[in-house]
Amino acid sequence: MREILQVQGLTKTFRLSAKQQKLERTKEKVRVAVDNLSFSAYEGEIFGLLGPNGAGKTTTLRLLATLIRPDSGDALVDGISVVRQPDQVRSRIGFLTSELKLEECFTPNYLFDFFADLHKVDPEVRDRRKKMLFERFGIDRFAEVKVANLSTGMKQKVSLVVSIVHDPDIIIFDEPTNGLDVLTAKVVTDFLQELRGEGKTIIVSTHIFSLIEKLCDRVGVIISGRMIVCDTLERVCGGMSLEDRFFEIYKETAGEAE
Amino acid sequence: MRNGIITIMKKELARFFGDKRMVFSILMPGILIYVMYSFMGTAMGDAFGVDEDYTPSIRSVGMPASVEALLDGAALPVEETADTAGAKAAVTAQELDLLLVFPEDFEQAVEAYTAASGQAAPNIEIYYNSASTNSTFVYRSVTALLDAYEAQMVNKFDVNAGGEGYDLATAEDTAGSFFAMMMPLLLMIFLYSGCAAVAPESIAGEKERGTIATMLITPIRRSDVALGKILALALIAMISAASSTVGTVLALPKMMGGVTDEVSADIYGVQDYLLLAGVIFSTVLVLVTVISVLSALAKTIKEAQTYVMPVMLVVMGLGIVGMFGGGASQELAKYCIPLYNSVQCMIGVFSFSVLPLGVAATIGVNVAVTLIGVFILARMFNSEKIIFAK
Repeated sequence: MREILQVQGLTKTFRLSAKQQKLERTKEKVRVAVDNLSFSAYEGEIFGLLGPNGAGKTTTLRLLATLIRPDSGDALVDGISVVRQPDQVRSRIGFLTSELKLEECFTPNYLFDFFADLHKVDPEVRDRRKKMLFERFGIDRFAEVKVANLSTGMKQKVSLVVSIVHDPDIIIFDEPTNGLDVLTAKVVTDFLQELRGEGKTIIVSTHIFSLIEKLCDRVGVIISGRMIVCDTLERVCGGMSLEDRFFEIYKETAGEAE
Repeated sequence: MRNGIITIMKKELARFFGDKRMVFSILMPGILIYVMYSFMGTAMGDAFGVDEDYTPSIRSVGMPASVEALLDGAALPVEETADTAGAKAAVTAQELDLLLVFPEDFEQAVEAYTAASGQAAPNIEIYYNSASTNSTFVYRSVTALLDAYEAQMVNKFDVNAGGEGYDLATAEDTAGSFFAMMMPLLLMIFLYSGCAAVAPESIAGEKERGTIATMLITPIRRSDVALGKILALALIAMISAASSTVGTVLALPKMMGGVTDEVSADIYGVQDYLLLAGVIFSTVLVLVTVISVLSALAKTIKEAQTYVMPVMLVVMGLGIVGMFGGGASQELAKYCIPLYNSVQCMIGVFSFSVLPLGVAATIGVNVAVTLIGVFILARMFNSEKIIFAK
């Protein structure tokens, strides 16, 4: 299997404001969000980043999506550096997170075309993909309804569809089922498995064990910005449930830190 | 133009024209200005005018025949009275318009008086009430009649007898200097308002709503986003400014009442309007760019509106300076200062003293400032500190 994503010693720090320092009762001026992180993802797999809140999952995904730049280290997406050629990386990935919003005054139909234009998708291909994806997610009935008037679940589906207008080979998904009802969540997880079947690579971040167990081929456990374990789900678990194994890892790591 | 720029422009325009409230808020100022200015003009005319069929009430003490004839001729009938105090009270109560008190033997005293004697001239006392429009009006009419009567008695020479045909200023000059004084300030304010109404909404608003990051994870160039937004916003701001300007130009003659019959915008030719359009568009580009960059620093629309306040002060200050500047500057160097150059060009065009090289310099400098702004804005879109500021 081909390594389509190579993360090499990615490090990202944030400066803490005086207010934040006070709030967290710390004197440190710099917070290390991602600490020398390395891992790889292979073509046609679902890779899960598992970790508690504040572990650095979202920062890692933002770094991969070129929204922010690493202090040091690099990540190669299909051999292209997120540091040196972010433009080319952007056309190869689809990134979805709840922070990225769609303009509410537009319709799904308009937004699909707009983002297709930004990705320079051929109009013919665009229309074909639009029809297919809108039908797949039941957006076709709401194609001309302003996003503002859609339900939360429908908004999330539109966001998902818009993030993959350009049929990217790598899809990065931050907390894919957060805030979704069980039905919509199932539609999304089914779709991710379908994409894997098409040979796409999917990177998801989550703190939900069952989601990882259901979806992921391989999993990386991040705690305090560092990759503690990264292997296939079976090998990481070693016969235990992921939940039990995670707490074991967490204890070991926390003990190490203390 | 690159496709990316056009895509962004189309989106900005679609967002704007898809929102009826936005369209309304942009076109409204022009309509409001027209209605308000017209109303103010009419109301002011009413306040300082007197009904044509108004019969003034005037009383006098010791009215000489000559003056009575004079006032009668001007349809100002006078009633003789002996009760000075009562008449004064009536004036205060606004029941009487005027009380004239003549010195005894007024006509003989005037006849005998020579300025060389060094004595005080015979004095007519006229009591009126400045709080009453009618009283003030009658007071002015009577004073003018008496002044003319006095001048006629000791006439040694006249100045501009007849009054017509001495002002050699053409109608164009009169209207030109009027427009040159009023319009630059108004135009600058309208242009600023147009820009300030749309730019913070589009830049800081997209940050606030979290929609700009969605756009920035696509391969579109940051400079395309910046330029596309600036061009679209400039177009919308122009529409807004045009609405306000049309409203003003239509309402100005009404505002000025009968005083300025000659003031009409048709004294300017196609060339003047073309020059003006060039200056205005390049000015809008500068304003939109500056406001956009400031808005990009803000996290919310509200914050952005605070940041752009100083720009308004600068714009208004420049407009006011232009009002009292005494014509357009003929120094080319002054046309290299953004915004100041716009005011100078507008004065030049309106007063028919435009410096063509100055207009060229203005447009050149403004386009350069815009390009620098686009570069800065593109860098800002690339900065995680600005896009993800918390």
